Amino acid sequence: MSSSAISRIVRELKDKPGALLPILHSIQEELGYVPEDAVPIIASELNLTRAEVHGVVTFYHDFRSHPAGRHIVRVCQAESCQAAGSADLTAHAKQILGIDFHQTTNDGSCSLEPAYCLGNCALSPSVMIDKEVHGRVNSQRFDEIVEEVRRS
Amino acid sequence: MSVLVYIPQDSGALSMGANAVASAIEKEAAKRGTAIQIIRNGSRGMYWLEPMVEVATQKGRVAYGPVQVRDVGSLFDSGFLQGSKHALSQGLTENIPYFKNQERLTFARVGLTDPVSLEDYVTLGGYRGLTNALKLTGEQIITELTESGLRGRGGAAFPTGIKWKTAFSASSDTKYIVCNADEGDSGTFSDRMIMEGDPFTLIEGMTIAALAIGAKQGYIYLRSEYPHARRMLDYALHKAYFDHYLGDDIRGSGKTFHLEVRIGAGAYICGEETALLESLEGKRGMIRYRPPLPAVSGLFGKPTILNNVITLASVPIILDKGATFYKNYGMGRSRGTLPFQISGNIKRGGLIEKAFGLTLRQLLYDYGGGSLSGRPIRAVQVGGPLGAYIPESQFDTPLDYESFAANKAMIGHGGAVAFDDTVDMAKMARFAMEFCALESCGKCTPCRIGSTRGVEVMDKIIQNRNREANLYLLRDLCDVMLNGSLCGLGGLIPYPVLSALRHFPQDFGVKSVAALNLP
Repeated sequence: MSSSAISRIVRELKDKPGALLPILHSIQEELGYVPEDAVPIIASELNLTRAEVHGVVTFYHDFRSHPAGRHIVRVCQAESCQAAGSADLTAHAKQILGIDFHQTTNDGSCSLEPAYCLGNCALSPSVMIDKEVHGRVNSQRFDEIVEEVRRS
Repeated sequence: MSVLVYIPQDSGALSMGANAVASAIEKEAAKRGTAIQIIRNGSRGMYWLEPMVEVATQKGRVAYGPVQVRDVGSLFDSGFLQGSKHALSQGLTENIPYFKNQERLTFARVGLTDPVSLEDYVTLGGYRGLTNALKLTGEQIITELTESGLRGRGGAAFPTGIKWKTAFSASSDTKYIVCNADEGDSGTFSDRMIMEGDPFTLIEGMTIAALAIGAKQGYIYLRSEYPHARRMLDYALHKAYFDHYLGDDIRGSGKTFHLEVRIGAGAYICGEETALLESLEGKRGMIRYRPPLPAVSGLFGKPTILNNVITLASVPIILDKGATFYKNYGMGRSRGTLPFQISGNIKRGGLIEKAFGLTLRQLLYDYGGGSLSGRPIRAVQVGGPLGAYIPESQFDTPLDYESFAANKAMIGHGGAVAFDDTVDMAKMARFAMEFCALESCGKCTPCRIGSTRGVEVMDKIIQNRNREANLYLLRDLCDVMLNGSLCGLGGLIPYPVLSALRHFPQDFGVKSVAALNLP
């Protein structure tokens, strides 16, 4: 049950100074997203308004209010990757997965997200799948690595 | 005796399959009954050679790269464990010109050894700076730092000694050390390389900062895009605590310093120092008005030293070898070295630590080997998404803070992204505005509204709708953003836009922009 998990996480972390981001990360790590019903629980435990908590959840690109696919595929859109052909790679990724950014494939395997720098610029263009970065990705390599995670 | 084989675990090397190569080498050695010891080191920063495998021989470490799993059999066949020739041979690592000609001070240890071996760190000169600092007063530490001429490496280049002095002089029971590890600028990866390749240097630098101003708590604010750096930092922190380099009684001195990693959540603006502090406090990453400066009223309203990773990681060598040693590198008011990073459309992308004063042309051609596509390099963005685009005519400007400022450009965090002649600079100008609109915190009007209007105006210019009038509008908009924004995001995003327009007017559909009188 997600609300008990949320309460447990909040109780564990609420005494840290500036606890809200660690709490949100921890919830998302465990549940895959930050459910709407987490907001009032966190607000009451941290003595914040629901608006304040909602404001933080929605400010940061990382936090999702809805479940994502089993894997997050992020294609870097920043300048270094653009210089090395990320626009073509992005178009290919969207076509192969059949989705646009911020969408999830029908089989629920992958969500596609843009990234703005993965720190792998010397090996542009880069793609990050969950917590793994892949460098010098062309269309063929993209298909291979995505196929591999979709099967898992 | 087993042969030492080094295979990097830096995330750049991992992104090219270093883990698979490591396990293939391990299996092949077992199959052949050869005794080897694999050490997962940091990267030497020559990314086009990653995964770069090194073998320790009597002559020194011999490099092979880029190694893929399919190469492993032939490497063993050719006798690479004795340093023999192979198609992937690069010779002695120390003699590769790209590496040999660097001046590695901050990065002295990166790539040499297992980054989270505290024993190796100390053997290679680590914690000598802290040992010296423990014998000094806070004022003496700050004097040393001031005399070294070190300026903030995050981009703003503010003198570090003055910042520390301000935090030192602020009276408060509680003070903080915060490391800005929110390295969001495209084309920069030196922070990541330090955190993954020599995390103890950063920890040592922060500990010295804590001693200098009497802070007992520190935070490393790390971007969420760097999960591997977090793993390495966590290991390193654990070991530093275990051996009393952190904690309540640092090396028996009775001094206390605690350090914790906090993870950002994908907001570029949190690389701005006051937005970072808000985020650490658990709020939206909205920037703060200044004054008060963070050194006076920073995290939770307390005096705070907030420095970039490279700034803090440069502190140990200054305290170890002295201000004069450090100051003797560099030119003008830019003292010491900067880890430059070249990327984008470049043949040999990587990290080059050099004293200030070399030129972009040296970086791009002597080190970088020209573009990856083989086409001419047309423009280079220096200093991240907020940095100017530099045309070929300015490639000979020396890389120092003042020379770049004179060209209405900035060195920033030392990243240079190369574009070949297929780039459309009007599109890049539009992207700058689009990025600003996406990442604006929304606090001030010029940035929040200006960036969105900027995208619209650029669209009209690109589509040739009332082009001339819209170019004037773009100029005025950039002027307002430059002079009216609260922080560097809205205040600097006109740099890439105006430099693209100034140097590449033909991409905007006009022959000249002289009549525009650009700011």
